[in-house]
Amino acid sequence: MSKKIRLMQGNEACVEGAIAAGMKFYAGYPITPSTEIAELSAEKLPKIGGKFIQMEDEIAGMAAAIGASLTGLKSMTATSGPGFSLKQENIGYAAITEIPVVIVDVQRAGPSTGQPTSPSQGDMMQAKWGTHGDHPVIALCPSSVKETFDLTIRSFNLAEKYRMPVLLMMDEVIGHMREKVEIPDASDIEIIDRKRPTCSKEEYLPYKPEANLVPLMADFGAGYRYHVTGLVHDETGFPSNSTEIANDLVRRLVDKIEVNKEDIISWEEENTEDADIIIFAYGCVARAAKTAIKLLREKGIKVGLFRPITIWPFPEERLIELSKKTKMIIAPEMNLGQMVLEVERLCNKHTKIERLNKVNGEIIYPEEIIAKIEGVL
Amino acid sequence: MPSQLVDQYFRADKLPQIWCPGCGHGIITRAITVAIEQLGLDPDKVCVVSGIGCSSRAPGYLDFNTLHTTHGRALAFATGIKLANPELKVIVIMGDGDATAIGGNHFIHTCRRNIDLTAIIFNNNIYGMTGGQYSPLTPKFDKGTTAPYGNIDRTFDICDLAAAAGATYVGRGTSYHANVVTSLVKKGIMNEGFSLIEAISGCPTYYGRKNKKGGPVDMMQWQKDNAVTVTAAEKMTPEQLEGKFLIGEFKNKPEPEYTKEYQNIINNLQGRDV
Repeated sequence: MSKKIRLMQGNEACVEGAIAAGMKFYAGYPITPSTEIAELSAEKLPKIGGKFIQMEDEIAGMAAAIGASLTGLKSMTATSGPGFSLKQENIGYAAITEIPVVIVDVQRAGPSTGQPTSPSQGDMMQAKWGTHGDHPVIALCPSSVKETFDLTIRSFNLAEKYRMPVLLMMDEVIGHMREKVEIPDASDIEIIDRKRPTCSKEEYLPYKPEANLVPLMADFGAGYRYHVTGLVHDETGFPSNSTEIANDLVRRLVDKIEVNKEDIISWEEENTEDADIIIFAYGCVARAAKTAIKLLREKGIKVGLFRPITIWPFPEERLIELSKKTKMIIAPEMNLGQMVLEVERLCNKHTKIERLNKVNGEIIYPEEIIAKIEGVL
Repeated sequence: MPSQLVDQYFRADKLPQIWCPGCGHGIITRAITVAIEQLGLDPDKVCVVSGIGCSSRAPGYLDFNTLHTTHGRALAFATGIKLANPELKVIVIMGDGDATAIGGNHFIHTCRRNIDLTAIIFNNNIYGMTGGQYSPLTPKFDKGTTAPYGNIDRTFDICDLAAAAGATYVGRGTSYHANVVTSLVKKGIMNEGFSLIEAISGCPTYYGRKNKKGGPVDMMQWQKDNAVTVTAAEKMTPEQLEGKFLIGEFKNKPEPEYTKEYQNIINNLQGRDV
């Protein structure tokens, strides 16, 4: 097993991960602090026969990425803040048409133009509810540069496996920070490709689910001529006014994630075995939490970390389990309390929950977490 | 032969279509399939993309790779498809509001980029699907449900807009002049670059009724009486052209095509790396 060790930025690790995962198409629009992802894609993709296009706006970037995926290319777009809002329309389109695509959101402080160069975790609920209607969501959240590389690959794999848009929720700190990354050999990276039909053209039903609730996907141009629409559709792909078909489609889309949750959900724990207090943190805040835990343990305060890696679907069961044997959960977030809503919903019967929120565009420092914990003890 | 066309290029089990009696969209859709037939395109390699609205339902009836996208965004989806797989012949069907209002930005930039797509705008001067609101193509002082006292917006000239924005092939036909539409679509598909064909359609249900334009036959008659071919117009005075509109080929000026230019970059890079 050979390894390349490199110092790189989170945004760069995202592009390296995407290429390792098989990305062959990128469409996007420049926006701080995600722009390096577009710049590096523009540089690297044509060298490997892939395509990059800078579109006229964020909406078009999302649309072109979906169009490219329909022809069989693994595709990605990246954005931030206002751009993530603009992409929501077509994220919904990718969800209902079940077209794999990866969307990276390097979160910056909002609302609106907000603080373009400052970090935030303000889009966590938008990731779940940003586009209208009920739909499945997979959103991953890296807290290091190396993990950005790994989770970008995982985003592509999940998008391909479950035929849906997958969101990689970075933040400005992770995007711009430089860290050491060990790039594994290509042969050591698991790559998943969408399942394509092998049946005859006459037999192909583009929206007939397999056992895992995911339908087989033919490339446009491969000879399976079929219809794709953002309207409610039946197994043939054509629009339907049937209430039963509408119900079945929306429930299947959501269930596709629900029944495969165990395959998708991941999280990290540190020092939770004996913890009296658990810090619930993700993204760059989890890094501050780790330092806080180390310093607090030196003072004899037993603190542990629960870090969701898949924000959506949310690692419910394990968090409930932990909440039953802990005295308190502290949830520091760079927003006014978003993921803590899930923590409260799931755990407030079992333990006390404290919030720690910051929206001034600064990171949360370990000292602030320590002060909060010492203050409530 | 219509029935042969239906057998060959339509999804016969999806017919009849949803359009109102007297709508011009069916005629224009047929004119497009005649162009595809005359060019002998391989249906497996034809992709028809649309946005949202009455016209955008057309791809559902056509037996190709068909994509019904979001309102105004058809060209952006089509751009992704074409760049990802340049071997596909990509045809885009949009409505007037779809293409020039909500999709206006995509429209001008696709013209500028000169990517090899053939777009046909079904212009019925109104938002039909939502029940008759004024569009950027509703003539000034005409009525729509959202312009009960008359529309005070000025209109676009779709063809002038496309030509100015950089489309390399531009023309206009009508649902009365279906053969003109076929001929323009054929030449548009053959043009290696972005081609824009405006096809004037009639909406008797909303635009016609709101503005006392008569029934479907009267609206077709209006197209017949008021369309002037580019060649005929050359011999006419401005007074004679008053109230008329032009049909035919307005621009045919090939320029380097986007996906080919991109392939050159790939070839140069890969040649250099080897």
